[in-house]
Formats: sequence, structure tokens, C-alpha cells
Amino acid sequence: MHKVAIVAMGWYGFRPLTPEVSFREMVFEAATRAYAMADIDPRKDVDTFISCQEDFWEGISIADEFAPDPIGGSMRPTMTVSGDGIQGIVHGAMQILSGISKITVVESHSKPSDIEKIHKIVEFGMDPIYVRTVKSPNVHFLAGLDASKFMKKGYTREDFAEVVRKNKVNGLSSPRSSYASKLSLEDILSQDYVVYPLSKLDIAEYVDGSIVSVLASEEVARKLTDTPIWIDGMYFSSDSTLELSYLGEAEYLTISSREALKMAKVDSPTKLKGGFIDDRYSYKELEHVESIGLNAREMLREGELEKDGDFPVNPLGGHLAKGIPLEASGLSLTLDGFEYLLSGKESAIVASWRGIPTFTGGVLVMRR
Amino acid sequence: MEIHEEKRLEHPLSKEELDKRPKIEYKPYAKYSYSAGQAITKFLEGLKEGKIYGRKCRKCGRVYVPPRMYCEDCFRPTDEWIEVKDEGIVMTAVASFISWTRERLESPEIVGVIRLFPSSDRDFVYPALFHRICCSYEEVKDMSIMGRKVKAIWKSKEKREGSINDIDCFKVI
Repeated sequence: MHKVAIVAMGWYGFRPLTPEVSFREMVFEAATRAYAMADIDPRKDVDTFISCQEDFWEGISIADEFAPDPIGGSMRPTMTVSGDGIQGIVHGAMQILSGISKITVVESHSKPSDIEKIHKIVEFGMDPIYVRTVKSPNVHFLAGLDASKFMKKGYTREDFAEVVRKNKVNGLSSPRSSYASKLSLEDILSQDYVVYPLSKLDIAEYVDGSIVSVLASEEVARKLTDTPIWIDGMYFSSDSTLELSYLGEAEYLTISSREALKMAKVDSPTKLKGGFIDDRYSYKELEHVESIGLNAREMLREGELEKDGDFPVNPLGGHLAKGIPLEASGLSLTLDGFEYLLSGKESAIVASWRGIPTFTGGVLVMRR
Repeated sequence: MEIHEEKRLEHPLSKEELDKRPKIEYKPYAKYSYSAGQAITKFLEGLKEGKIYGRKCRKCGRVYVPPRMYCEDCFRPTDEWIEVKDEGIVMTAVASFISWTRERLESPEIVGVIRLFPSSDRDFVYPALFHRICCSYEEVKDMSIMGRKVKAIWKSKEKREGSINDIDCFKVI
């Protein structure tokens, strides 16, 4: 089977506010950096372009009309994916594997600072008949329900605080981590609850940012770089809506990781050298680590998920340190994984979630 | 066939019947304050001063009005600010008899694209604004407005606020 690689990635922003640029200017900056890294001209060398976005995040209906020009896709084949960046990567890989493209660009961005009340947009994503009308005081109630159920498996508040501590301190080594900090477990555990069992520190903040990635076929990737990062496995899936999905587990990642690992011919995630796993809520990192087939509780308590552990999870900080860049979240984790592999590590798994109120996630298995 | 078509268009439930059915009403709070960014900030500030600014790409010569910080054709940053004239040629025009919210307008609103100077009729990309045109419906209907030279009618300086509406409309000169 042919292979697909990520040959370059560029980013801009990753700050709570980016008033100096419009979203289009922000995307252009990320694209310029990605193309400089790949040493390609998007007007000549790129066959297809993909943008991952959602109209209500953008504040523009039919926002896909704005997708092409800041990435060099004006008057060129451009499609949009109304979903997470990893879904865009999978679409891009399919375009390459099916032979219609040799180089495909996948872009996603976020400008939550342009949204007046982002929680109202999240609320608008919930079922209009029986979820929205309950008028829950905050949108994190679903995470509270999920976390409480998850705790029945033997996880404690201290475990969640440990994830917060680990990821916030890991983020100090990444220039994208606006929310990184060095906190003690006491600092974290002394916070008031937003929704039991989660405090403000357990919940990742939003962030403005844009990411552009350049995918290439095996033949082209080898010409463009000495260090292509191969996507050996990929998958995304959705569970059902709130009333029919399993709480306390992440079925979307169980399915996605099982299939992506199978595709990559990896019989256990422990064979990989690290994970870049959605942690927009502290407990979610552990739930997601479990979903990809690992004993998260034991690994956390044994220190195996630490930066220097046997299976580092979010060694560059994850969303708790970087923030949530909306549909660019999966690309943010992919970018962390990409940099991790370029630094010399052999392999990694990226596992993304589309956030509340979705039960959708995607997985990439990447190898240097 | 006609009868069938009429029935299809008719709603199967009367208004009274519809009102009896349970319904959930919800008004989304979807409000935004868009960052204008580098290009549009300068553009809006220019309008407040009664000026129309564009950005020029020196590689292909294209002048972007409204301005862009990058050239979408060459995929490189644009190079310089250019002040274009508030005069130009009507390239397209349309008369609308309903508002954005679908209310019928007493008199039609006429909008169109103005190719701004400096530019020539041989250019296929040019600095331009989509705006209101102060002309009669007849001039749109008989298309005599097309190709006419127009000039921006600006709001008085005190009333300008850095908005595209600092120009009331473009009028034939």
C-alpha cells in the first residue's frame, strides 16, 4: 500500500487574543510558514486544499467561501470539512491514496476571541428539544456527568489534578502554550468546582490559532524532506448523541484507535513512543488513554505518562497548556506529535475529540 | 397536473392545527466582534478620513480594494498602500425590491460593483467596491447605468465612523 506523510506544518497565534490579525491574515501566516518549511509554491505545487471549519465558530454562514485564498487555494480545488482537523487529515490522505493528489494541504483555525459568548454557541450545538431547554447553568455539565461516571472506575480527584499539573508544566517547553504554568497538586486541588468534580484548572481555555499542514505521497515526500512523518494509521468515528452514547468512556476513540492501530499494524499502543491525546478536560486525557487500550490509572500513578516516562502523554502540554483551538484542536495535537517525532522520537499516537457536545474523535498513528 | 402541483405547495396542516402541536422556540445567541485585522483596519480608518486605501502586489501589479495583506494570485505579502480615487465606473448594478429581511421596499435599492480609478476598461482584475448606487430604477432596467462614471457621496466628516457606510452611495457625475 502507498504511504502518506506530513512533510511540513506551520502555525500562527496560540494566544488568547489575536487582535492584530483577521482570521484570514492569521491563516496566511501559518500557511506561509508551512510552505517555507516544505519549500513549495502553493500556486504550482499543491494539488488539493482542505479547510476544516464550522460556520458558527466562524460567525459566517457558508464560511467555506473564505477558505481558499489565505492558503493559496484561490481558483484551485478546495474542499471543506465541517469537523476536526484530524478528519481533514484523513480526507487529505484519502485524496493522496486514491491518486487524485500528490500534495494536499490541510488547514484549520480558530478565533474564539471574535465570539461574544462562546458557551452560547456550544449550547446551540445541543439537542434543541430536551437538552438545551433544561437550561443547565453551564455547558460543562456534560463533562461533569461523564467525569463522575468515569470516577466509578477507580479514578480520583487527585488523579485529575495530576494530569493538570503534568500538562501545564509540560507546556512550558512549547512556544504555543499560553496557559502553561508550574502548579502544585495543592494549588490545583484547592480550586472551587465549576461542575463536580472539575475546577477551572481542569477545564482547558479557548485559544486563537491557525495551523496548516502539508501532506504528500510517498514519492513526493521523500523528495521534499529527509524526515517525512508517515501517517501509518488513521480513522475517525462518532458515537451517538448524549442520550444514546456511553458516558464514562470514549467509544469514538475506542473505535478510531482500534482501526487506526490495525491499519498501522501495531498490535498494542504500548509499542508506540508517546501519545498526543485530547485533554480539554483533565479526566478526558485519562478516559481517552483508556479508550486507546491502556491502563491509564496505573500508568498515571506509576509516572509512565510523564515526559520522561515509558509512554509520555502530552509531553508538550496538550490543550490544558495550549488551549482549545476549536476545529484546529486535532491539528494542534498532530503538530505537537509532528515536532516530537522531528526531535528524534520514533512513533506516536494522536487522539483527538471534537469536544462537547460531540461524541466524535479521530486517531492518527505517526512514525518517523 | 396543475391541481396536483397546487396541493403539493399547500401545507398539509392548517395554522390552527400547527399551533396545537408542541413546539420549542429558541433564539440563538450568536454574536461576534470580528477582528478587522491589518488590512481592513487601515481601510476603515481611511474611510473615516474620506480616503479609499488599497494594497498593491508589486509582483503582479494587482491592487486590492478592499485591501488584503497578501496577494491571492502570487501567494506573497502585498507590498504597499495605494490611495485610489473615490471615482470609478459602474460595472454591475441590480435593483432589489425586497430588503435583507424580505420586507417589500417602497422604492428599490440599487447596488452594484464600482471599478475604481486608477484602472482601465482593459483590466480584468481591478480595485473595486460593492456599494449602493444612487440612480433610478429605469437606469438599471434599461442598463444605461452600466459604464457610467460615478463618484462617492461621503457622509459629513462628523458623521463618519470608520465604516463602509461612511460612503452613502456612488452617484453619476
